[in-house]
Amino acid sequence: MSVVATRPSRLTSGQTPKWLVPVIALVAVILGAAIAALIGFSVGLWAIFAFLLFVIAGPIVIGMIEGSRKGKDAFARFLVYGSFLLALIPLVSVLYVVIAKGVPGLSGNLLLTSMNGVTGVHDNAAAKGTEPILGGIYHAIIGTLETTILATLISVPVGLLTAIYLVEYGRGGILSRAITFFVDVMTGIPSIVAGLFAASFFAWAFKDPSMRMGFVAAVALSVLMIPTVVRNAEEMLRIVPNELREASYALGVRKWRTITKVVIPTAISGIASGVTLAIARVIGETAPILVTAGFATAINWNAFSGWMATLPTYIYYQIMTPTSPTAAAVSETRAWAAALVLIVIVMLLNLIARVVAKIFAPKTGR
Amino acid sequence: MSITSEQSTGPGSTRATTTALANTSGHGSPAADKIFSGISLVAGVLILVVLAAVAIFLVAMASDTFAADPTELTGGKGFASYIWPLVVGTLIAATIALLLATPVGIGVALFISHYAPAKFAKPVGYVIDLLAAIPSVIFGAWGASVLAPHVVPFYNWLGKYFGFLPIFEGPASQTGKTILTAGIVLAIMILPIITAMCREIFLQTPKLQEEAALGLGATRWEMIRMTVFPFARAGIISSVMLALGRALGETMAVTLVLAGGPFNPSLIQSGNQTVASEIALNFPEAYGIRMSELIAAGLVLFVITLLVNVLARFIVSRYNTGVE
Repeated sequence: MSVVATRPSRLTSGQTPKWLVPVIALVAVILGAAIAALIGFSVGLWAIFAFLLFVIAGPIVIGMIEGSRKGKDAFARFLVYGSFLLALIPLVSVLYVVIAKGVPGLSGNLLLTSMNGVTGVHDNAAAKGTEPILGGIYHAIIGTLETTILATLISVPVGLLTAIYLVEYGRGGILSRAITFFVDVMTGIPSIVAGLFAASFFAWAFKDPSMRMGFVAAVALSVLMIPTVVRNAEEMLRIVPNELREASYALGVRKWRTITKVVIPTAISGIASGVTLAIARVIGETAPILVTAGFATAINWNAFSGWMATLPTYIYYQIMTPTSPTAAAVSETRAWAAALVLIVIVMLLNLIARVVAKIFAPKTGR
Repeated sequence: MSITSEQSTGPGSTRATTTALANTSGHGSPAADKIFSGISLVAGVLILVVLAAVAIFLVAMASDTFAADPTELTGGKGFASYIWPLVVGTLIAATIALLLATPVGIGVALFISHYAPAKFAKPVGYVIDLLAAIPSVIFGAWGASVLAPHVVPFYNWLGKYFGFLPIFEGPASQTGKTILTAGIVLAIMILPIITAMCREIFLQTPKLQEEAALGLGATRWEMIRMTVFPFARAGIISSVMLALGRALGETMAVTLVLAGGPFNPSLIQSGNQTVASEIALNFPEAYGIRMSELIAAGLVLFVITLLVNVLARFIVSRYNTGVE
């Protein structure tokens, strides 16, 4: 037995030795650098050539030793790992850039002042370094919070009640199947079309073609948010065990009391986490705000009158129309700082959703 | 009064149960039941009404455009000649995005479902979901200021060696703000959609089939080709269609990344424009007939994405694999 273990056995003969793949990778990296240097060296080119060499040479070598089937298997394996690494690049790059460019612009001034009265003169002075960078995102944060809260106030009752209808009352009828289908269809409405809808609806209702205010934006966001809330709440209500409902009915409790006191409390963690994710989704929407809330540089607390800025539209306008065209870098600094704030808000909402779902997980008893 | 018996079921809850029974009369009358079911029905119907209203109001506001004299519209040659370059631009950007995102998305989904070590798979899923959480305007800003300058050498290379193809005709844009860059950014944005859906379906492949394939001596890749892909085919197609719907309607990434212009077959020069981006760029300053024209463009976009989405749902329901 011990003899078999020490000499090369039939079990491992004809297999690629363990050291071979790292060696191929090393050779690919070196050759990749050489080829990249021939064309004009850059890290990106180096990575591309090294990866291509490795993905092609590795499977060929393995195929020669172990047969073509194993070679193909190795080829697929390298591609799958490669696609994962490829998908990580933009994520890491976006997060890195937002943090690297956003942190320098971050200050108490940015968070606590609006853009009211900030003109190109100030930005030019800031670019020369004679003045600090003035102006901030306070008005945009207010706008974002107000439109998002209003949208949530509209979407959650409608979405939740629809989900209740689908799960508790509609059970497979024509109407409930139609609603399910159109909720799916609604998920696919482009955000800008939702914005156009809200804009045209209010233009018609107020007989004013340029009717723009925070509430119109909230309606547009609701169109995007409702399907997400419905789908999630529906799933959560469905996993509430039927025994709970039946126990409640057996006690003589009416159906609506059963739903509000038994079914919803059981599913509330999932519903809350779904709503949080839906908020995280709409808080970053730009296009529907652009066509419904207009854009403002001053603080506007009233969502029912006057134009409003939100964080995404703030970022957009700071980049597209810098406050000072000759010192666009100052506006960009503010835009990246706003982007950092926005991304932190979105990530926090995602985190909260996960924590809520985990801590208050429904007690299904199985 | 609220029911307390649910929290205290089990031995010794007889008293609570009796309380609940005694209070039944206080837990709503048949009328309250009717009202509640009525409200939830109204909420459900409201969604249908909203969807219908989206279509009705877009048509109503756009009707001015269709009735207007062709010379009044942008370009002066009627709505059709105004909209077709935009639709073509939208399709080009979405096609680039799909061509790039589909293989990578499926690869990442396979990595999570069949390649990554089990304890590693879940965090990887979270990381890819993070990609979906980043707001589109940030992707747009990133694409314009980071990605675009970095792809210029690559575009120069494409223009130099593949310039004989009309789609890579040089000279390449030196800002990198082209439809190809916009397509790459869109690809990054739709990647999580494809990955999330494919991952769910791949994980549902019958274990017995997978193990049978491996037991017969298949390599992992042969197992995936023989069991996972046939099982997941409909799911892959519908995930790609849903991603297509998203790519068609995505606005900000294109608006910020693309230096738009008239139709241009070369992907590495500036030019082309998408419907959504055209609306976002012009709607804030639009009034009168121009506004109606842009809403008509939105209507076209709505119809296209609606068709794509309905088709995707239809494929899912047709080949129902137990996946929603």
